Amino acid sequence: MATDNRPLSPHLQVYRWQITSVLSILHRITGVGLAVGAIVFAYWLNAAGYGADAFARAQAVLGTWVGVVLLAGWTFALFYHLLNGIRHLFWDAGMGFELSQVRASGWTVVVGAAVLTAITWAVVWNAAGGAG
Amino acid sequence: MSLQTDLARVRGLGSAKEGTGHWWAQRLTAVALVPLGIWFVFAAVSLAGADLGEFRAWLTVPYNLILMVLLVGVLFHHMQLGMQVVFEDYIHNERSKTVVLVLNKFIAVILGVSCIIALLRVAFGG
Repeated sequence: MATDNRPLSPHLQVYRWQITSVLSILHRITGVGLAVGAIVFAYWLNAAGYGADAFARAQAVLGTWVGVVLLAGWTFALFYHLLNGIRHLFWDAGMGFELSQVRASGWTVVVGAAVLTAITWAVVWNAAGGAG
Repeated sequence: MSLQTDLARVRGLGSAKEGTGHWWAQRLTAVALVPLGIWFVFAAVSLAGADLGEFRAWLTVPYNLILMVLLVGVLFHHMQLGMQVVFEDYIHNERSKTVVLVLNKFIAVILGVSCIIALLRVAFGG
């Protein structure tokens, strides 16, 4: 029985962009991004287990501008996924389903993730400036 | 008379393939990752640019080692659960899907175990 060419339900492109769907998609994208970040995290820890030189190399790689840009992206992804995950847990508990609440919690998550990312990197920046 | 095929009846699985086990594990690990994730951000910031000696000193504080091992265990479990859903959504060939889901579990366990061993080596090694 051929099952490969069955018609599928309409996909993303036929729908108007709206905050609910965009944030849902972003939750999945940040989740996959964090899975990639988890592999780098594993590299970092395994380098520490391997020895001082390997760990110094890992720290140096993460300290390059490419490393810092990636780490900043993972910081935002972590905060977004964390805050939106809490939003999901409230939904699981049956709370916050009114459209006005869904929009408010969505914007709270976006702004919160951006602010927390900025604060985190301001602290890193200050510590680096203080040390150097 | 059932409309299921004999094979489907023997497998005893509907389209969801399982009950609430996966869903519940994803929520439990999510709840655990809220405090662990926030703690890890503080930890990572304090470890920016550290050398191995500084990392070891930080890790020999007992609760740091305990929290790191807990984070690794829960993190890679949560990662495996989440990636499984993504793969199930986008891979439609049964054989490829099975292979990828098995690899997904193997990789998550290998990464998690290697991280925990590395943490113990740094904390207790010479």
